[in-house]
Amino acid sequence: MRILVVEDDKDVAGFVVKGLREAGHTVEHADNGRDGLFMAASENFDAIILDRMLPGGIDGLRLLETLRAQDNATPVLFLSALGQVDDRVKGLKAGGDDYLTKPFAFAELLARVEAMARRGKGEGPTTRLAVGDLEMDLLSRGVKRGGQKVDLQPREFRLLEYLMRHAGQVVTRTMLLEGVWDYHFDPQTNVIDVHVSRLRQKIDKPFDAPLLHTVRNAGYMLRVEEP
Amino acid sequence: MSEAVPEADPKPPVRIRKRRRFLRSAGVRFAVLYALVFGISTIVLAASLRYSTVGLLDRQTHEAIRVDARGLATHFTEGGLPALVLTLRNRIDENLNDNAIYLLVDPLGNRIAGNLTRWPQGIDAPHAWYTMPVERAGLRSHALLRYYELPGGFQLLVGRDVSTRSQLRHILRDGLLWALAAMLLLGVLGALVIRGLFKRSLADISATTRAIARGDLTQRVRRSGSGDEFDELAETINDMLDRISRLMDGVRQVSNAIAHDLRTPITRARARLEDAAAHARTTEELRGAVDRATDDLDGVVKVFQALLRIAEIEAGSRRSAFADIDLAPVLDDLAEFFEAAAEERGIGLDIAWPRELPMVGDRDMIQQAIANLLENALKFSPAGCRVSISARMDATHIEIHIADQGAGIPETDRPRATERFYRAESARSTPGSGLGLALVSAIANLHGGILRLDDNRPGLRAVLVLPRRAPNPDSTLRIKLWTQNLKKDALTPTDNS
Repeated sequence: MRILVVEDDKDVAGFVVKGLREAGHTVEHADNGRDGLFMAASENFDAIILDRMLPGGIDGLRLLETLRAQDNATPVLFLSALGQVDDRVKGLKAGGDDYLTKPFAFAELLARVEAMARRGKGEGPTTRLAVGDLEMDLLSRGVKRGGQKVDLQPREFRLLEYLMRHAGQVVTRTMLLEGVWDYHFDPQTNVIDVHVSRLRQKIDKPFDAPLLHTVRNAGYMLRVEEP
Repeated sequence: MSEAVPEADPKPPVRIRKRRRFLRSAGVRFAVLYALVFGISTIVLAASLRYSTVGLLDRQTHEAIRVDARGLATHFTEGGLPALVLTLRNRIDENLNDNAIYLLVDPLGNRIAGNLTRWPQGIDAPHAWYTMPVERAGLRSHALLRYYELPGGFQLLVGRDVSTRSQLRHILRDGLLWALAAMLLLGVLGALVIRGLFKRSLADISATTRAIARGDLTQRVRRSGSGDEFDELAETINDMLDRISRLMDGVRQVSNAIAHDLRTPITRARARLEDAAAHARTTEELRGAVDRATDDLDGVVKVFQALLRIAEIEAGSRRSAFADIDLAPVLDDLAEFFEAAAEERGIGLDIAWPRELPMVGDRDMIQQAIANLLENALKFSPAGCRVSISARMDATHIEIHIADQGAGIPETDRPRATERFYRAESARSTPGSGLGLALVSAIANLHGGILRLDDNRPGLRAVLVLPRRAPNPDSTLRIKLWTQNLKKDALTPTDNS
């Protein structure tokens, strides 16, 4: 993916750019709002990572508003030290697709950017999801693995649906919390892990090859393990 | 050019500045205003007094002369000159006050009758009024005179001696002047008294606020107990100071806690990194140390975020997100969310609430508050115990009870349990920041409710009491502080937009 990083802090920008390149993405970097806007408007990117407070007269919000006014729908993730609920709301209202507060873990940033860029591609409404031999019918709300029916609680179904929609990507606990439960607080306990392990009991335990993997220091990933 | 040019002083000279400051004083302004009003009313009083006495006498005299002259003219028309002369004599004789003045002369100017020896100089216009000195029976006096022309060239002068009236006027003028002087004096004295009262009433407030500004927060404005406006002001100021000092205590306590609770993990992280840099022999060791230090820093970030969130909620700015919500599905979801975690720890969840719990509030915040209470309950419950979540509702309030059978909080500690960074002795060994209950309490307060901590015998029963209607801030002072915050927000440009 081609990703634009607009961030004025050298260390943070260096860290993000390096990490994204290591993950196999092509990365461009702008260290002020003016250059950022120019690059975002004149080139094609799959995702933009945007700081809110930027030098150069154009801050992140203005940059995004200008971009959206030009009918540019590139997915944008705000990366900001302004972490109050109102700041977040402001960022999303201006047309941001996601909002991550500094300080952040790189795994979280990477997972969110990849999920966001994929979502931005817009595959259209689907009625069927499949990962390996795991199939999900969104209309009848039925789940099968290897042709065998798997019984899931409504919430487990939604959890699996989220994981399948992001198959092959790392999904963090916060993403699950927001995407599946619509919760915006940070549980101190390992509640998410318990839910995931329950789901794993149902979709992986009776079968040979596990599909739901734990990614250390990051979250989970649903994918077919390469032999 | 070595000579220093004396700099022009932009400030006015001391005396002028002093005078300006003197006039700026509210006490002086009120005093001057008082003296002015007092003086004007005095002058109005004097003027009306003068008009109603001297003026009345004047008008009476004029009228008397007119009537007199009319009578004489009638006599002249009816009985001719002899009748007029007779009447004049009679009138002079009958005039007991000896204040009537008459003079009748023939066309040549010779005196025919009257009590003036000769025609006064300067009287030549008929029907005009003259006030002039006259000489009568060897005495000089003041008279008001009017001159009438009679048929046949006879001329008649009718008048009144007004020297007594002049005396009265003088007496009145002197009296009024004295009174005016006395009132001026009284006005100035009154003004000084008012200024003194002002100064005394404000001096205490001013002294107290100065002391507060210097940093002595223990000072309070003395109340007179009279219940007047100054007393009310003093009370409001004291209320405000109480609140400020509570906030200051909070800040002090928080900064102490930050010093401890944040310094500790930061110190640990630093030590780990330094130790690894100096002593790690393998990459594995180094990576492990870095990972652990990162975890420590993540903990610090969590504490920071919780602190900021509490501050954000306490500032009250999030009340804009209030809406009509139903707590029942919120509780359903949360129970389902935590049920798995509870089961894994061997804890049973008992749930009971009505099918609908409608109220006005912020769904996200209440979710977080209940989640915090539930996590607390699960954290402090030994395996095999039960945690119960229940809710009930009456016309005005919704109560959410979350009860565990753990160690609970000792009764003496309960009032402090909602303070930031408070951790019960028994909780020292479990992970946590000590901010969970503080956050719940802040959320409850924002909704106009409270967090109550009861004894569950054994364990803790946390009761979140929330009003169902839009919250009314519990005191006028809070509204004031809140609107001040809003104003401040409106005035300062928001962040970077």
